Amino acid sequence: MNFLAPIGRVFIAFLVATGRLVAFAAVSVSHCVRPPFYGRSIGRQMIQIGYFSLPVVGLTAIFTGMVLALQSYTGFARLNAESAIATVVVLSMTRELGPVLAGLMVAGRVGAAIAAEVGTMRVTEQIDALATLSTNPYKYLIVPRLIAGVATLPILVLVADIIGVFGGYAVSVHSLDFNAANYLKLTWEFLQPLDVITGLVKAAVFGFLITLMGCYHGFHSRGGAQGVGAAATNAVVSSSVLILASNYMLTTAFFGA
Amino acid sequence: MTAPTGEAKIELRGLKKSFGAKTVLDGIDLSVGAGESVVIIGGSGTGKSVTLKCILGLLWPDAGSVLIDGIDVTALSGRAREAHTAKIGMLFQGSALFDSLTVWENVAFALKTRSGVSNREARNIALGKLAQVGLGSDVAALSPAELSGGMQKRVALARAIATDPEIVFFDEPTTGLDPIMGDIINRLIVDCVRQLGATAVSITHDMASARRIADRIAMLHEGRIVWDGPAGDIDSSGNDFVDQFVHGRAEGPIEMAVRG
Ligand SMILES: Nc1ncnc2c1ncn2[C@@H]1O[C@H](COP(=O)(O)OP(=O)(O)OP(=O)(O)O)[C@@H](O)[C@H]1O
Ligand SMILES: [Mg+2]
Repeated sequence: MNFLAPIGRVFIAFLVATGRLVAFAAVSVSHCVRPPFYGRSIGRQMIQIGYFSLPVVGLTAIFTGMVLALQSYTGFARLNAESAIATVVVLSMTRELGPVLAGLMVAGRVGAAIAAEVGTMRVTEQIDALATLSTNPYKYLIVPRLIAGVATLPILVLVADIIGVFGGYAVSVHSLDFNAANYLKLTWEFLQPLDVITGLVKAAVFGFLITLMGCYHGFHSRGGAQGVGAAATNAVVSSSVLILASNYMLTTAFFGA
Repeated sequence: MTAPTGEAKIELRGLKKSFGAKTVLDGIDLSVGAGESVVIIGGSGTGKSVTLKCILGLLWPDAGSVLIDGIDVTALSGRAREAHTAKIGMLFQGSALFDSLTVWENVAFALKTRSGVSNREARNIALGKLAQVGLGSDVAALSPAELSGGMQKRVALARAIATDPEIVFFDEPTTGLDPIMGDIINRLIVDCVRQLGATAVSITHDMASARRIADRIAMLHEGRIVWDGPAGDIDSSGNDFVDQFVHGRAEGPIEMAVRG
């Protein structure tokens, strides 16, 4: 029976960690709706999380759009269905690849940075100091990051959608000899508002998950530089996995199994 | 000097705190009267900083109570607890300055959370507090990372007293300072207590500083207060622990965990 003990231990540890995370999320969200609000911090975080992520998200989107067009051409040309390329590119970008790839890139860039910053504040007692200076650490540190994440990720994904479609267009027109006007017409033809909107909803969820995991791991980091490093790694890994898992669940919820 | 229980500003009753299997505080009883300056001495790692953090509510004690102005704050939560914590200014052992803010913004931090204090006023008060700890306006716009350790400590001290709190905790205020600056800081702490009528609890390893700032000295050893008396009695305490500590002898009842 001894082999069951390690399994049980891991399972219990998992439940404890999940419980702590849910409690942390609940407290954080409850502080989002109660004053005081730190408007300046929210603005600063929006610039950090949103604006400075534009280059990396833009580059990811353009190359993805380009390779999508190339690869779907290889497949559809065999079926004489080249006209489907524009639709494939725009639907893949808006529904799945835009939100997921932007989410993963932001998780790497922002999740690690948040965990490192908040973690350093934890181990150098700056978070304790906040509490002694009549400032709630959740309101001052966590809430601005959560709000900025939820607000800016959809904007980033909208930009990624546009750039990605443009990447597909550029490859199709310049390398695959498509007619430019015809490609654009095909792009618009089958695109539904819902395709874009569901992508943006996903983006908001991912923005919440990325900033939540960054804050959570930073807030609970222990033991100096090593602990902060571990917090940054854990933040990136856990938010990436959560993005992929929740993406599947959201797709199922929106479009059926 | 010991204040009667009724008018104690801070009172600790049977405070216990363990980390895992390790018991750090094992029933602390200590009472600090209003306007009194108490210094806690004790070996490294005996739980002096943990004691202050329990009073501040940064750590939850496992047992016992913390009374501030006669109210048990361990029974409070949320806003009510914060209202009591707001009476206390704290100088952290490691300074704990916000590195995303400039020096003066650090000092003015708590002032700005209060309504009715303009940015200019807050800055002026901050510059005044910085001058009190011997720092000129030239450092005000620097970031804490650009300062030496001793300068950071003085900024942290200025931040702790910026709102003229009723209670101030100083965790090793003079560690890392030169003797002259150390004496200036000692005098500042004495002034805080005498002029502003603040209640002070300080932690120090520096006996010269302890004699200078303390009305009363308490010694912490193995999770308990083993001696507590007027500062003047420290040399005639008749307590072996205190004698060994005050004279800094390696031999005595306090056995440091040094393995050869
Ligand atoms: N958050 C924590 N988690 C686990 N153990 C802790 C924590 N904080 C303190 N301790 C332990 O409690 C003990 C007392 O720590 P504390 O910082 O109070 O010592 P101290 O008396 O202030 O020592 P020093 O004079 O060196 O500052 C130490 O052994 C430390 O390892
Ligand atoms: Mg200490």
